[in-house]
Formats: sequence, C-alpha cells, structure tokens
Amino acid sequence: MSEIRFTDQHEWVRVEGDTATIGITDYAQEQLGDVVYVELPEVGKTVAAGDEAAVVESVKAASEVYAPVSGEVVEVNADLEGQPGGVNEDAMGRGWFVKLKLSDKSEFTKLMDEDAYKAFVEGLA
Amino acid sequence: MSAMNNQGRPTGAGEATSSNSIQTYTGNRGLRLEEPLIFELDNPGACGVDLDEPDAFTSRLGSLERKARIGLPGVSEPDVMRHFVRLSRKNYSIDAGLYPLGSCTMKHNPRLNEKMARLAGFGDVHPLQPQKTVQGALELMDTLAHWLKELTGMPAVALSPKAGAHGELCGMMAIRAALAARGEAETRTRILVPESAHGTNPATAALLNYKVDEIPATAEGRVDLAAFKAKLGPDVAAIMLTNPNTCGLFERDIIDIADAVHAAGAYFYCDGANFNAIVGRVRPGDLGIDAMHINLHKTFSTPHGGGGPGAGPVVLSAALAPFAPLPYVVHSADGFKLVETMGEAKVDGTDPFGRMVAFHGQMGMFVRAVAYMMSHGSDGLRQVAEDAVLNANYVLASLKDDLSAPFEGPCMHEALFDDRFLKGTGVETLDFAKAMIDEGYHPMTMYFPLVVHGALLIEPTETESKKTLDQFIGTLKHLAKAAKGNDKTLFTGAPHFAPRHRLDETLAARNPVLRWQPAAPKQAAE
Amino acid sequence: MRYLPLTENDRREMLGVIGAKSVDDLFVDVPVRARRAGLVDLPKRKGELDVDRALSAMAAKNVSAGSVPFFVGAGAYRHHVPSTVDHLIQRSEFLTSYTPYQPEITQGTLQYLFEFQTQVAMLTGMDVANASMYDGSTACGEAVLMAHRVTKRKKAVLSGTLHPHYRAVVENISEVGGYDVEALAPAVSGATEDIISSIGDDTSCVVVQGPSFFGDLIDLRAIADAAHAKGALLIAVVTEIISLGLVTPPGDMGADIVVGEGQSIGNGLNFGGPYVGLFATKTKYVRQMPGRLCGETVDAVGERGFVLTLSTREQHIRREKATSNICTNSGLCCLAFTIHLSLLGEDGFKRLARINHANAVKLADALATVKGVEVLSKTFFNEFTIRLPRSAAGIVDALADKKVIAGLPASRLIPNDKSVENLLIVASTEINTDDDRAAFVAALKEVL
Repeated sequence: MSEIRFTDQHEWVRVEGDTATIGITDYAQEQLGDVVYVELPEVGKTVAAGDEAAVVESVKAASEVYAPVSGEVVEVNADLEGQPGGVNEDAMGRGWFVKLKLSDKSEFTKLMDEDAYKAFVEGLA
Repeated sequence: MSAMNNQGRPTGAGEATSSNSIQTYTGNRGLRLEEPLIFELDNPGACGVDLDEPDAFTSRLGSLERKARIGLPGVSEPDVMRHFVRLSRKNYSIDAGLYPLGSCTMKHNPRLNEKMARLAGFGDVHPLQPQKTVQGALELMDTLAHWLKELTGMPAVALSPKAGAHGELCGMMAIRAALAARGEAETRTRILVPESAHGTNPATAALLNYKVDEIPATAEGRVDLAAFKAKLGPDVAAIMLTNPNTCGLFERDIIDIADAVHAAGAYFYCDGANFNAIVGRVRPGDLGIDAMHINLHKTFSTPHGGGGPGAGPVVLSAALAPFAPLPYVVHSADGFKLVETMGEAKVDGTDPFGRMVAFHGQMGMFVRAVAYMMSHGSDGLRQVAEDAVLNANYVLASLKDDLSAPFEGPCMHEALFDDRFLKGTGVETLDFAKAMIDEGYHPMTMYFPLVVHGALLIEPTETESKKTLDQFIGTLKHLAKAAKGNDKTLFTGAPHFAPRHRLDETLAARNPVLRWQPAAPKQAAE
Repeated sequence: MRYLPLTENDRREMLGVIGAKSVDDLFVDVPVRARRAGLVDLPKRKGELDVDRALSAMAAKNVSAGSVPFFVGAGAYRHHVPSTVDHLIQRSEFLTSYTPYQPEITQGTLQYLFEFQTQVAMLTGMDVANASMYDGSTACGEAVLMAHRVTKRKKAVLSGTLHPHYRAVVENISEVGGYDVEALAPAVSGATEDIISSIGDDTSCVVVQGPSFFGDLIDLRAIADAAHAKGALLIAVVTEIISLGLVTPPGDMGADIVVGEGQSIGNGLNFGGPYVGLFATKTKYVRQMPGRLCGETVDAVGERGFVLTLSTREQHIRREKATSNICTNSGLCCLAFTIHLSLLGEDGFKRLARINHANAVKLADALATVKGVEVLSKTFFNEFTIRLPRSAAGIVDALADKKVIAGLPASRLIPNDKSVENLLIVASTEINTDDDRAAFVAALKEVL
C-alpha cells in the first residue's frame, strides 16, 4: 500500500517499499503555468532531503524542485523531456520527476499528510 | 520547490476574438502588411550589390577553401529595401508614441546625435590606428569622462563597458581588485542585494563567484535598514543597490547605508539605471557610492535600437580609481594618450584589474551622449531630472484613485502600481497591458519589480508633453473603469489591432525553432 | 530647451494636481546634505549649430580611414557598407524601439533577429546562433564560461592564434570566476601541434582563432579531434567574418562553439564600437547558451510570429543562476549585419570575399618586393604578417606622417616581446585600390 506526503515547498512524495516517487503538486503546476522544460538529475546521484533534485521551467520562471527525502536516484521520468506538458496534465501521476531509493524512512513520516497539505494550501489563498 | 511563477500569467496564445472576418487574398490588411522571411524571397541570380570578379590570382587559402554553399538568398536592392521597411512597420517606437517602460528610460532620441556619430572623424576611425591620428577621438572620450565625473561627483570613470550589465561587472571587478589589494579577496565572499534588484545584479555577483544574500524591503518599498545592518559582517564584499530603486523611490537611508557599508570594510556598488531621476540634482559621489554604472542608452539618450547597442561607463570613487580597467585616456605633453597595456599603467602609477573588452568601448555611443550632454548643458540636465520626476508624479497623482499604488508619497522618475485594482475583475495585469496596445500605446513594464503583486511600472520620461500625458492618463482611467465594470471585451484576446494577436510562448519554448531551414528536398519520398 | 516639451505653465498646473508647492517637494526623500542647490560645474545648454560646430571640430582632428590608404585590421575591418543599410537602420521603428518584450508590436525586430540568427548559423556552419553579444571579445569570454558549464571542468587553453585583447578578456573573466587559463605564446604560424599537446584531461575547452590574429588560416580538424578525444570543446573564434565567404567554416571542421566579431558586415569602424558579437553552437548545447534567443511560434489565430524564447537561461528570470549577466545586446548592429548580408546574398558575399583575398594577395606580393620585407604568412585571407628590418611601431609612425596608415605593429598589443617587435600585421579589403597599394609600397621604400 502506497502512502503520499507533501512539503511546504509543494513537492509530493509517494513511498512504495523503499522507493520514493517525487513530483510537484497540482497546486504548484497551476501556479507555474505551462511547463516547458524539466531538467532531471542523473541516475545514481545521491541527494539529501532539501537538496535540489530537479528544475522545472515555465516560460517565465525556473524553479528548483527539492528532494523531500534523502536517497539515491534510481529512475527519472524520461517522458518529460519530450512532453513537459505532462506535469500540467497529470502532476500527481504521469508527471512524476524522480524515483529515489529511500535511505531514511523517518524523514517521510515527518512530512505533511494530504489533509495537512490541503489546509496549508488553503491558508495561502 | 523554490519560488514559483511570480507573474502567474498565461503564456499560451489564448483565444482570439477578432471581429474582422473579411479575409483578404494577400493576408495584408491595408497598411498592415505581411512579410515573409528574407530566405523565402530568394530569387537565385538576383543580387543587391554590384561587385566585379577579381582578376586571376594565386589563392593563398591552402587546403581551406570553402566548398559548400552557405544558403544565403539572392535578393535585389529594391526588394531588400521593401523587406526591411515592411518589417519596420510592425514595430512600435518612441518616435511614434509614448513608450512608458519603467526602468528603461525611453526618451526622445535627438537626430543631431546620429549625425555627429556619423562624422567621418568619429565613425570612420580604426581603434588601432596610430594615436597621433586619433587625437580628436581621444579628446571626445576625455570630454565624456569629464562630464560624467562632474555629474556624479566621482573622481574616475571606466568608459569601456559595453552596456549596463557589463558596467556592473566592471564595477564589481574593481571592488574585488581593491579587496585583493588589501588581502581580503578570499575572505569577503558575500554580496548584499535587495530583493527588488534588477536580475543583472545577482547574475553579475555570481560571475564573480560571490554568494548573493537578499535584503528584504520595508512596507514602504525601501531597503530595510535594520535587516541590512544585521546582515553586514567581515565576509561582506559589497552591497549592490539601485538608487532611485526599482520601485521608483529614492532610498532615504542611503547615506546611512553607505556609512555602514564602509564601516564594515565593504564597498558600495550602485546600479545607476535610474540616474535620469537625479542627474544634475544629486551626485552619487555625495552619497558615499564607490562605483556606479551609467546606461548611456537611458539617461543620455543613445537610441535603444531594438535592444542595443548600449554603453555602460562606470564612475569610481578614489578608493577604486587605481584599479580601473584598461584602456583609459590621459593627458600628456604630446596631447591625449590612450593607456592600453599593464606596462604603461605601471609607469602611470595605476593598477588596472585587467581588460573588459577588445578596443576602447562604445565610441559611437560616446559621441551621441556627448552631443546630448552639450545640448542640455548643466542647466538642461538638471531640468531633465526635474521634468522626469514631475511627469512621473503627475501620472501617479492622476491615477492613484483609479489604479492602486502600493506606496505612499512622491515617486522619482517612475510610478509604480500593483494589481489590487483588478482584484475580482477577472482581468489580469497582462490583459490590461495588452489592451493598452489596442489604444496605441506600448505597455508599461509588467510584473517587475517582484516586490509588489502584478506590478505596473510607468516611466514617462521628461520628453513627454502634458497633453500626451493627459491622453495617456485618460486612457488608463478608461481601461481601469472598464475592468472594474466587469466589461472584459477590451481585454479578452487583446490586442486586436496589432500586427499579431497574442503569441504562443509555450509552444516556442517547448519546441524551439531558432532558425529558418530550407524545405527538405522532395525526391526522397517518391 | 528644445528636447523638453513642458512649459513653465504646464509645470505649475501639474504641481497643482500633485499638490506640491515646487518641484523640490518631489525630492524630499533625498538626504538634505546631498541636495545640490546650484548647477554642476559644466557649460550651459547649446543650440544644435553650436554642438555641431564643437564636435565637428573635434572629429576633424582625426585622420579618417577613408581619407588615406588604409591597411589596419586586427579585429576591426573597413569595408564598404551599402547606403541602404544606414538608411534602414535609422528608421524610427528600428532605431527607437526597445527590446522586443511585447511581441505583438515588435515583430519587425523579432523577425530580423530570427533572420540574423539563421544567417550566423549558416555562415559559421553551426546549428543555432543567438541574437548577438556585445562584440567578439566578450562573446569569446562567454563561450569559455559556457564550455565550463557543459564540461563541468574549469580550465581553458587559449592558443597563440588568439587576438591579445580577446585573450585579456578571457583571462579577466576567468580570474574573477576562479577558473584556470593556459595561454600559449603568440604564434605567427604553425600553432597546431602546440595546441594539441596542451589539451589535457582537465581541459574544458581550447580556443582557436582562424584566420589567426596574425592572419594565418588554421585547419581546425585535428585540433577538434584532439579536444573531443579528451572530452573538451573546441571554441573557434572568427574576427573577420567576411573570411567565411571563402574559407571552410568552423562548424564543418568540428567546432562546438563559434564566436565572432560581426562588425565587418554592415558596421563601420567607429573607433572600436559598437560592434556585434556572434555566438553559435550545436543544438544540444542551446540551454547553456548566453544571450537572447528569438524563436518561431504562432499567434492566437495561427499566424506565424516570433518571440524571445528560452528566457529562463537569462538574468531577468534566473538571476544568480543565469547563464550570463548580459541583458542589452547589439540589436541595431545585428540589423545592419542582416541588411548588408541580405544585399550581398550568396553570390555577392562570396565575391566580396574573393575580392578581399585577391587584394590581400596583391598587396603581399607587392610588399614582398620591397628590400628588407619578408611576408611570414603562408596562408591567409585578407590579412597577413610581414617582418620589417626594424621596429614596426617606428615605421608605422613614419608612414602615418606620409599619410599611409600601414597596419598594426604587433608590439602594440603584445608589448615587451622582442620576437614580435618587427612584425607588422597588414589587412587589405575591397576598399583598397591599386593606387593605395602603390602608395604603401612607395612610402615604405622611402622610410626603410
């Protein structure tokens, strides 16, 4: 059973076993506008929680996507290279960015759950 | 993820709601003419120049003679003329109307300046011909230097930087050289930059490997003095501050800031993009500034030319003057002399940090700027600042009840509004700006500075008449009223009357087409 | 003042609307001790006639290149620019518009930038070019920084073919950025082996100018292979862009980045500026490029149009993470370049290049007949190096007194180097006539 958590920087992370899939939230993609380019890390790179894991670009902004948890990059979403609009169309699904092999699962449980994130976003309006 | 879209605006083309349903055969609409790319006008055999083939000779190209076709089109002179004239008519220009881009200083460009720059003695001299044959050119550079030093109250100026950002780089290099001379280049690694700064400031600091530390703004749109002082320390190399700042406000605490910077052993770089507001009235040298670039294409009216060329001389304090880059002009017994090498500089007693550029800088811009300065004189230049500030305040005062102004009090040369007045209307800053195009205006600067939401930054400059401003103000009142009255017809799909509707920037960025390509040959498929 | 439309009456009325007593009230935020009551110590306003007189007098003190037999090149070349060019670039809509940030009303600028990018890519033999840099030397500095980003290495090798000013610009930007530079000694000819042997595993890029500062043509192929074998990039520098009408372009010889000075096409000498920096590369490196890029797209009704694109590389969005701090480019100089090259076309451009080469060959042959003069360049385009029997600087000075501007003494840019003291770098373009060459040879015989 997978579980999903969120950061106050609008990343989501879904954990299945010791694999964490990371993306940006629907709220984030809406704020960004049309995504035109995604820069992904190299497979094998190790990132610590809070490190820059990817860059997502719209026409008018470039934003770093931070790793919500630590781990080693095991897969990146190569589809986004040709189809960056996937982030807009399905941010929480096929618009994922990176898969990490989790190094410390306790980092995950410290993040916001879905209700907490929802309340957080409502507070931003 | 880090800060997201500060503009929050759509970048697709959106929907057009053009009412013009008549299709013409040519695609032209009367004087609105369509024009293909020059490559699509290729008429092999046609040529826009008459050159005779040289007499037979023995080539010295060795094995490197070009074999392949380049691919350039053949076009006759009249067709080239027509192509570019037609293109020109798709552009807005300051000669045709108000161009209120904040922070860009789009003022009248006198044609006398163009004529002077084209004098053979300036336009047709080579940077490396013997110095005794270019004494007048060196005199012109010396004259420009003198005016800039007097107007800023600074003892030295580096003329060679090619534009504002290049001037920033030059000024910061001088600061770094001064720190190095004190043995502190390695220990002072942090640069303080207000969050409202032009993007060039942090980008320049990064080129020098400095760590950029942002200073927050106060609710009054100025540097937070307490927060700034708290950030000072022995690792700070400099502050980079724009004054008047990007909100169009004079930094009231600037002398305190300068004193604190100097007390901390750091230097004060000022972004002089907005010098037009204070020229002749306030001298940066009296504010404690160590280095400031001057955009000759802003304050001194050299034409923007669709994005350049500019020129960005940097005035320097006594502390930084010895480190000014090569080359520079000095007086000698034989007249003017251009110091071009480290060896000559050593004899001269200076310690240049190096060279910014090949040759000596934007001479063509220097001539124009000197012609502009001479025309105005000390009295006219002071009037420039006063009228620029007066015009901006007139716009601010006239519109503050119709639009929304984020800050109290008089502004300097530009009036800043935010998008609170559009709240709930469904009209965004972008739509508002595009509707201005249909009214015959170039929009103001949008979404900058980032410290206010949906910014609209209006810089009328001193070369606009009251009558022009009144009509502009009337137009903005009209648009604001329409937006607030929930009448979106003026905004949705605007502009309707420009050479193009809104362009699809998303498509351009997702699928970059950065050059023309000839159509692929057909035979392969058949 | 003729440029200021407000009258005293206007000012009074406007102050009334603002609610200020005088304009001084608008400057209240200026600290009291920095407010200047009086005028700065400079002359007062002048009418157009007086300014014209003053500046014309200054200009008249210079010897303009068109007034004498003229042979200086070294990175800036005197060519004939058709009258159409200067007329068109002075059209209000080009001259007095800003950077095309509102594409709906700046399609004129955007389309010529797209045409410019295409022309530059074609000439250099590269995939893409940007919408210009300040000049060739700063483009060269930017290319080195870009190579560091691409290779994630930090050492540039500068060959001895490179213009000394370009070298100085690269050294300057590298020093403050914390990068390493290995600059090889000036090479009048035969630089290839030295360049190849200096490429190491830590080399990010090797910078080679061809035609070289001394005029030599450089075959880049072996250097490109050697650089690529070590994972380094080849940056080719072209300071005389007309050469590409006759010489194999760097893109066809394996260059990864080509930078150049575009002044020769459409732009006058202007005592060193404004010029136009050319910057071209391969498609795969486009996101590491500095400077503005114009791209094709469509508008809301599907018509072709152009916009500035891939702007997230640039300082106004990326700030300290931008690929460069450049903002202003050389817009109007690009326009001059594009118009001139459109007039020339394929045939005219190649013929212009042949005329340049023919003139240089004629001059080299004529100078070779002068006793004591040795032509050192084995291959060249429109510029070559000769060895004189004594200091070239003194001879150039003496020739200037005889109203011949003979070329650049190498020692002016390479001081304190005995090996170049007698070297003179001489350029001959289409502007030189047989009479010019004869005058040069005759004057040289007199001073030698």
